[in-house]
Amino acid sequence: MALKKSQLSKKIKNFTINFGPQHPAAHGVLRLVLELNGEIVNRADPHIGLLHRGTEKLIEYKTYVQALPYFDRLDYVSMMSQEHSYCLAVEKLLACNVPVRAQYIRVLFAEITRILNHLLAIGCHALDVGAMTPFFWSFEEREKLMEFYERVSGARMHAAYFRPGGVSADIPIGLLNDIYIFAEQFSTRIDEIEEMLTDNRIWKQRLVDIGVVSAKDACDWGFSGVMLRGSGVNWDLRVNQPYEIYNELDFNVVVGTNGDCFDRYLIRILEMRESLKIINQCLNKIPAGPVKIDDRKITSVSRSEIKQSMEALIHHFKLSTEGITVPTGETYTATEAPKGEFGVYLISNGSNRPYRCKIKAPGYAHLQALNFMSKDHMVADVVTIIGTQDIVFGEVDR
Amino acid sequence: MSWVQIPFSLRYFLKTMNQKLFIEAGKNLTKIIPLTDFKIFNDELVITLKSKHLKTGLLILRYHYLTQCKILTAISGVDYPYKNKRFEIVYELLSIRYNARIRVKTYVNEIESIESVNDIYSGANWYEREIWDLFGVYFKNHPDLRRLLTDYGFDGYPLRKDFPLVGYQEVRYEEKYKRVIYESIELAQEFRTFDFLSPWNNDSVNSKVTKINLLNTTKT
Repeated sequence: MALKKSQLSKKIKNFTINFGPQHPAAHGVLRLVLELNGEIVNRADPHIGLLHRGTEKLIEYKTYVQALPYFDRLDYVSMMSQEHSYCLAVEKLLACNVPVRAQYIRVLFAEITRILNHLLAIGCHALDVGAMTPFFWSFEEREKLMEFYERVSGARMHAAYFRPGGVSADIPIGLLNDIYIFAEQFSTRIDEIEEMLTDNRIWKQRLVDIGVVSAKDACDWGFSGVMLRGSGVNWDLRVNQPYEIYNELDFNVVVGTNGDCFDRYLIRILEMRESLKIINQCLNKIPAGPVKIDDRKITSVSRSEIKQSMEALIHHFKLSTEGITVPTGETYTATEAPKGEFGVYLISNGSNRPYRCKIKAPGYAHLQALNFMSKDHMVADVVTIIGTQDIVFGEVDR
Repeated sequence: MSWVQIPFSLRYFLKTMNQKLFIEAGKNLTKIIPLTDFKIFNDELVITLKSKHLKTGLLILRYHYLTQCKILTAISGVDYPYKNKRFEIVYELLSIRYNARIRVKTYVNEIESIESVNDIYSGANWYEREIWDLFGVYFKNHPDLRRLLTDYGFDGYPLRKDFPLVGYQEVRYEEKYKRVIYESIELAQEFRTFDFLSPWNNDSVNSKVTKINLLNTTKT
């Protein structure tokens, strides 16, 4: 029987697909419900919380030093930068001074962490877009950097090296030499990755004018870090609200013009070069000295002292059981983590446990703007935008 | 209206000229915004508002020439169960023009709802969803207030102080139904929290602190 024409005309709805939690380009566990009109995205609704581990609630039940490793595991590609924020917040509440050598070591490792993060960001972004080779090269460089992490703390990834009051132990002999050797050859490696991507027609076609964010929108959505600088806002916490010894170091802040994905990619490459500059300056300027503050009520005691002094033994006992006691107060401390502004809002009630620790992750603010950024782009561009926002679900879900 | 200032150490005091201007402007804020309180912690400016004045206050902070706080950094919730208005909602604002931060706090209780500031800052969207999800504070006029971090059928508000750390339910795979099922939690060993603070240390100043500690270290 012939079909009538009226039966053939159907009502058209948007086609909703599930860019599911298990997807190689989803950068972790992201469930993205996309409403499509053909290939164009009408609405992108991210469902997060699949990696929610209850970090903030757990921290309320731990002492300050026990809570430190939770911060490593938030953004698991740039570990020490979150520890850095947390240690600065606790030190602000304690109102204590960290020795200069510890500050140099922290800045050195913060910049190594920045290079670690940007290598993964660019490598994985390229992999999602389709270029497989830079991924392997950047991960080889990450291996070299993780070797430094291991030499200094014992763990390749989750170091728990920064402590309130300084760092946990002094750097081993010969590490600074090896960091220098790494830094010498690293700029050639960045050149290799750039040679692969920056002048590539296909890369430019995939990235230029995708995910354009104006400066006003970037501020409105609460962006920070590379996303904000890509849109032309000259804001870098290391320069504008300096912490540690950043005000003594000489480096440039890279700011973009167009606000698209290609600008952010270029900013990340240039930031890696700036980090190399900072590392070289730190290697030249690092002084000798203690790496933890003297106050035994905050930092742990050496074993030889414990065996000789009664007070040292008592301090060790109190620190291992009760932990440090932080005076009442609250603080919001933020540092320029590689992904953006990583902030810790720490409220203390005078006891040995934090009363509330709110973690402000940069990826959280970026991901909520995904709908806004991917309007009228195609499905493949959604992948590019997630990659350029540098999303890691450890910090988004906490 | 009190000008209560927590004593701050000179070392942290006023890092930049811009911040001095900002704190002066902050002092003048009391003439424009109906603050109930005004504090400075080291170099952090904290103002407290009533919940009905919140939206006006944030609107002024965003658009007024002398504050220009264009970026909403974060919104946090804090639970003080012993207080009458138990939830404290904290807004962290950042002004790029003046290179300064300001913290705005309001207090709500469990049955009150608070205005959403999504029209002022688009970035408030997910933070408010998270506070609704984890604390149970309802935001009026929010475009899309649904759960964000907890599981799809989750019941309860995890970050409240009376919600136990381990929760009420656990999941496991059941062969009979060939899927993951929910059942009430059974721990092999009770969660070990030790209350190390000794009563000898806490003097009368900390008697309120002791009260908070007892709530903080409840066994689950």
